[in-house]
Amino acid sequence: MSMPSPATNELDLRGTAPAPVFDPAKALVAQATRGYWRTVLARLLRDKVTVACALLLLAIVLLAVFAPLLAPADPFKGSIMQRLLPIGSEGFLLGTDELGRDMLTRLIYGGRLSLVMGITPVINALLIGAFLGIVGGFMGGTVNTLIMRTIDVFYAFPSVLLAVAISGALGAGIFNAMVALTVVFIPPVARVAESVTTQVMSLDFVEAARASGASNFTIIRVHILGNVLGPVFIYATSLISVSMILASGLSFLGLGTKPPEPEWGLMLNTLRTAIYLNPGVAALPGAMIFMVSICFNMMSDGLRAAMDVTQ
Amino acid sequence: MFFYLLKRLALVIPIALSVTVVCFSLVYIAPGDPLSTILPSDASIELIATLKKEYGLDKPIPVQYAMWLSRAVQGDLGTSIATGRPVNAELGRAIFNTLILALFGSLIGFSLGLAFGTIAGYRQGTWIDKSVTALAVTGVSVPHYWLGMVLVIVFSVYYNVLPAMGAGPSGDWMWDAEHLKYVVLPAITISVIPTAIVTRTVRALVADILGREFVTALRARGLTDRGVFWHVVKNAAPTSLAVMGVQLGYLMGGSILVETVFSWPGSGFLLNTAIFQRDIPLLQGTILALALFFVGLNLIVDLVQTALDPRIRRA
Amino acid sequence: MSTHARDTNDNPRPILEVRELRKYFPLSSGIFNQRAGTVHAVDDISFSVMAGETLGIVGESGCGKSTTARLLMRLIEPDAGRVLLDGKGIAEPAPTGMAIGEVRRQMQMVFQDSFASLNPRLTIEDSIAFGPVVHGLPRRQAKARARELLARVGLAPERYAARYPHELSGGQRQRINIARALALEPRVVILDEAVSALDKSVEAQVLNLLLDLKQEFGLTYLFISHDLNVVRYVSDRVMVMYLGKIAEIGPVEAIFGGTAHPYTKALLSAMPSMDPARRTQKPPLTGDPPSPIDPAPGCRFRTRCPYAEDVCARLDPQLVTAGSPDHRVACEILRPASGHSLAAPAIAHAA
Repeated sequence: MSMPSPATNELDLRGTAPAPVFDPAKALVAQATRGYWRTVLARLLRDKVTVACALLLLAIVLLAVFAPLLAPADPFKGSIMQRLLPIGSEGFLLGTDELGRDMLTRLIYGGRLSLVMGITPVINALLIGAFLGIVGGFMGGTVNTLIMRTIDVFYAFPSVLLAVAISGALGAGIFNAMVALTVVFIPPVARVAESVTTQVMSLDFVEAARASGASNFTIIRVHILGNVLGPVFIYATSLISVSMILASGLSFLGLGTKPPEPEWGLMLNTLRTAIYLNPGVAALPGAMIFMVSICFNMMSDGLRAAMDVTQ
Repeated sequence: MFFYLLKRLALVIPIALSVTVVCFSLVYIAPGDPLSTILPSDASIELIATLKKEYGLDKPIPVQYAMWLSRAVQGDLGTSIATGRPVNAELGRAIFNTLILALFGSLIGFSLGLAFGTIAGYRQGTWIDKSVTALAVTGVSVPHYWLGMVLVIVFSVYYNVLPAMGAGPSGDWMWDAEHLKYVVLPAITISVIPTAIVTRTVRALVADILGREFVTALRARGLTDRGVFWHVVKNAAPTSLAVMGVQLGYLMGGSILVETVFSWPGSGFLLNTAIFQRDIPLLQGTILALALFFVGLNLIVDLVQTALDPRIRRA
Repeated sequence: MSTHARDTNDNPRPILEVRELRKYFPLSSGIFNQRAGTVHAVDDISFSVMAGETLGIVGESGCGKSTTARLLMRLIEPDAGRVLLDGKGIAEPAPTGMAIGEVRRQMQMVFQDSFASLNPRLTIEDSIAFGPVVHGLPRRQAKARARELLARVGLAPERYAARYPHELSGGQRQRINIARALALEPRVVILDEAVSALDKSVEAQVLNLLLDLKQEFGLTYLFISHDLNVVRYVSDRVMVMYLGKIAEIGPVEAIFGGTAHPYTKALLSAMPSMDPARRTQKPPLTGDPPSPIDPAPGCRFRTRCPYAEDVCARLDPQLVTAGSPDHRVACEILRPASGHSLAAPAIAHAA
């Protein structure tokens, strides 16, 4: 049905996964099963790795949400006298940072900003990108070409470069960083959405719907959306880990969060010089990013496997 | 084939032009006056006006763009506001350093990736496959700037065998033994992601090809394992090369994080400097060079892939 | 259940008229998508369909049958020509014309791929009810009608209404497609290779169902197929298409009896026979069908026709009567005084 396109077009930003190919005989068939989602849930629950990751993530999220209740200290208060205490010190379970603030508290609070900065751009990109892609795929012709070519221009930049460039141009700050990341993620989502929509459009039931005299809006609502959003959503989940790493990366460069806000990327930045004095503490924030990122990736893979009901 | 080449070239031009527009306009979405970094806050109006004229900032934006573009095409990217030196010179050196880093990184990344991916593809489902896949997922999930820090901690702080930063005693990289140890840690750091991605891609390709019917048919006709391997290579080559090409592009364009960790004097580091000093010409020039490099690389990748994969050529 | 007078074959009048219908597809290639030629998919065809009859449309792949179907349904726009439904021009302004929305109520289509024709995410009931709901019927009534139709096509509503397409077999799905087409109470149903993808035994069942439904609801069918046996079984009249033009059109006995067009003759002799004594040695049709891109003037079939002569290359043969008035053939052999060696000389004037 569709011609093989160069892999460049099918890989996402870090090539973590190829874009979904819409195979009506496989992908959607199962989606329509009554109790499909129950089946997916059952399969997910049987996948031990995914469950473990989900639980771990849940713990981190809960910690972040209830930080004021759970954290032992104030994330902003610290005494220079107690700077860079090692892990396991008296009263400071994970040591202190370069300004004497409790690391455990900073890490827990840091989760808030890091998670929000990572997930929000993906959600925004999903909404905007899916809209653009579906509209383009549905309208076809010049409208589609116009939308996709504009998107291609942004796709022509390597993602890190684009994020840094936009963020750098707008100036440091959480909001600007999130805007930059949203712009970076819209093109891949839009491409996937357009590709899937185009493949759905070529199927007979869309023609049959048109033959029934339905309006474009109705056709999209009843026939297209349900079949397209699934694959696009799965694709978007695979972007979350990249987003988190980039968001923290921006803060690491000084382009995202500004001190003294606790955020993992920023903490890595300010603790860089401390690696000679207290390498353990200096490495902690990055370990958090790593943990969350790997959990999201595992879950995304697990979700994909659970939804692929060919087994 | 020739016409396909022309067609692709023709398609690239509007994209390249649009990229230049984006590069140029990035600076103008920035809040604040472009000159604010070099002007004292109590600068007189005449001084501001003179400087504006000197930098051409008093003309309308499309005109500025045209002027900038025409100069850029001739190789003149302007003068750095911060250092006063021409942007080309700074950029040229920096790009060379990043190229070195990218080449070493891809060397490690691609060879490891091809090896791991092929082994995993051949041994699909076994513990080898599972460990390789787990490693690949890890590689893709790890924040590489953090990994760089960890490597520095282990090899520079604890064991003091490798330098923690810089490209060498002379500042830039040079091809001699002295400089070799400076590139080890950065190259390993930057190679992690390409390794992981190439591994995943190659593994999927090899597993898919081995499972295809034509392989069974070949084996049934008595083809040896080596012969089958050659077929696997032929079929996996186009996509693998495409992926590797794109990864090289990402290495060049996205090196800023690793270069910051290691203070590697490459284009990414330069970009960082330019941003914080709000050095407009340098910023524009660097982004432009890196973006266009990526566009050019994508084009080459597309063409190579088409040349190797007859199915796409038909299209 | 029908809201219109039943069209039976007792009072033959054309329910569908096609006049000079044309559809060309431009081909582009090269850097700037230059024109590389035009595919003459449907090239100036005119025919009528009588109310209550079944018109079979046959031809090789690429002859334009499916394109014609889609042009009639207005799923694609014609480049030229008119289609009249009950005397009213489709997509032409009132009062002489009929809006597309109304056309959709009166003309429906059943597609070949039974699986791709159904949205995998909708239940059977919802798929069938979709059309009526779009046209304003309240949901509950639409669902009730859907269930009635399910029963009518032989699928027990209690068991099938809430199922999904992938849970059913090909034959069952085609029945559902038929039910869906009937949900809007159309007068004309176009069946585009509707049974081609089914197993032979299932095919027979579905065909019989179609015939029953036609009788009950007073429908008019356009039955497109490449399978001549099936066409013979269901059709009242048959139209043979070749490369976008009509080769022959006439009553089914005339076509399958003493046919006139060389192409039809070839098609018929190519039909595999059950009789081992009638084995075909030579293939009746040699050569490949010429490309529909920018066809040369003259008869399209002449490159493969055993009777082709120079005169066939000069003009596009028009449809002329052969035998009875409603049997028309586009071949120079049957046009008197055409110059073809087998053609009759000029019609002698009555003395």
